[in-house]
Amino acid sequence: MLDTLVFSLVVAAAVGARAAVLIWHLGRVTKLSFETLVGATFTLALAIGILLFGDNLDALEEALFGDITAVGVTEAVAAVLISVAVIFLTKLIYRKIVLGLISEELATSKGISVARTNLLYLLLVSLTVAIGIQITGTLLVGFLVVTPAAAAKIISTNLSRYFTLSAIFGLISAVSGILLSSYFNVVPGPLVVISGITLFVVAIIIRWRLKVTS
Amino acid sequence: MATENKNDDYILNVSNLTDEISNKPIINNLNFKIKRGITLAIVGPNGAGKTTLFRALLNLVPYTGKIEWNRKMKIGYVPQVLAVRDIPISVKEFLSFKNESESDIKAVLASVGLDSDEVVDKSLAILSGGQMRRVLIAWAIVDKPDVLLFDEPTSGVDLDSEEAIYGMLRSLTAKNEITLLLISHDLHIVREYSDYALALNKCLVFFGESKEVMNPATQKLIYGEPICKEYGDIHA
Repeated sequence: MLDTLVFSLVVAAAVGARAAVLIWHLGRVTKLSFETLVGATFTLALAIGILLFGDNLDALEEALFGDITAVGVTEAVAAVLISVAVIFLTKLIYRKIVLGLISEELATSKGISVARTNLLYLLLVSLTVAIGIQITGTLLVGFLVVTPAAAAKIISTNLSRYFTLSAIFGLISAVSGILLSSYFNVVPGPLVVISGITLFVVAIIIRWRLKVTS
Repeated sequence: MATENKNDDYILNVSNLTDEISNKPIINNLNFKIKRGITLAIVGPNGAGKTTLFRALLNLVPYTGKIEWNRKMKIGYVPQVLAVRDIPISVKEFLSFKNESESDIKAVLASVGLDSDEVVDKSLAILSGGQMRRVLIAWAIVDKPDVLLFDEPTSGVDLDSEEAIYGMLRSLTAKNEITLLLISHDLHIVREYSDYALALNKCLVFFGESKEVMNPATQKLIYGEPICKEYGDIHA
């Protein structure tokens, strides 16, 4: 069981890395936004997964919705180590990423290889997704990557607050979702999502209130 | 590939520069040289190759011909458009990307006419057009470049602020001995705030002192049917 889960984490990371390279390459060729390409690639991966596991409903359910109760100490330690590495590497390249997002020309004129930075960034995102899949499953993992950051962005005026709040919101969503799932004895994925969406709505209200009062 | 020009008189020597996008020629066989400390305005209609020339000078696009910068020249660049709406980034964070200290950041903001205490923690996304251009000028000069390439310095700025920004840019470049290459559509501004003008319309159609750009004959050259000029050895 343990070996199977470690193996699934490695496979998820490897497949995610391949998808990241595919998205990066398509982005360079088509000039479409990463969001569009991630959406298309994600849906394709989901369709392939359903085709592969369509006749095994238990495996399909676990793949789609995750199963945190199956995550053991080894997987948890691996997830923590990977997370620390991802945070460290992101910190190293975040200025390059941000400058490339603000203006590719400006970044290139400062000697930054925007294409290489984007590829590294996508690989880091794919690693994050590989970890998240174990908790929320394939169907809801996109939430963990997007929603806490979106909620943080709504009420941030600088990068420092944006990064800090993104991490805090992600943590609150995951922990409260897992605790609630244990209390109600249901799968954690949907409750992680509902906790995160609640934070997102609160962020919208805060933003709205600030706008009204400022 | 841009190379180093070892002749100290000229900081930039462009020879036989040709550039095309999707097999369509944008710049044809362009030749010019510029000296340290001057302000050169690049003018011309939309699609004339002005921004492409900047990109070639910065080695951002492939080209044929030769671009030689004087050795050890520190080049700053400010593009026309920044995508700051989607990223919550403060003025201080943006300027700190150049590894400058907080005191340097405040000093440079004051030098471009901004109240540093008021704007330093503001998000770039909520700055007015005039404030944004001033922050960009601060970005451009904070690490003291020798040459500054500025694409439309007053893009998105109202007419009243335009002259103030150009006036400030002129005094800052003079004070810091910065050679300025700028792109502008406004010939009145070009005449007032630059020393020389280089007009493109797929090829070089005019090169001379900026005071000449308002002449009807010159305007016809710049905005009329392209008539390529062979100026020989041209320099500013």
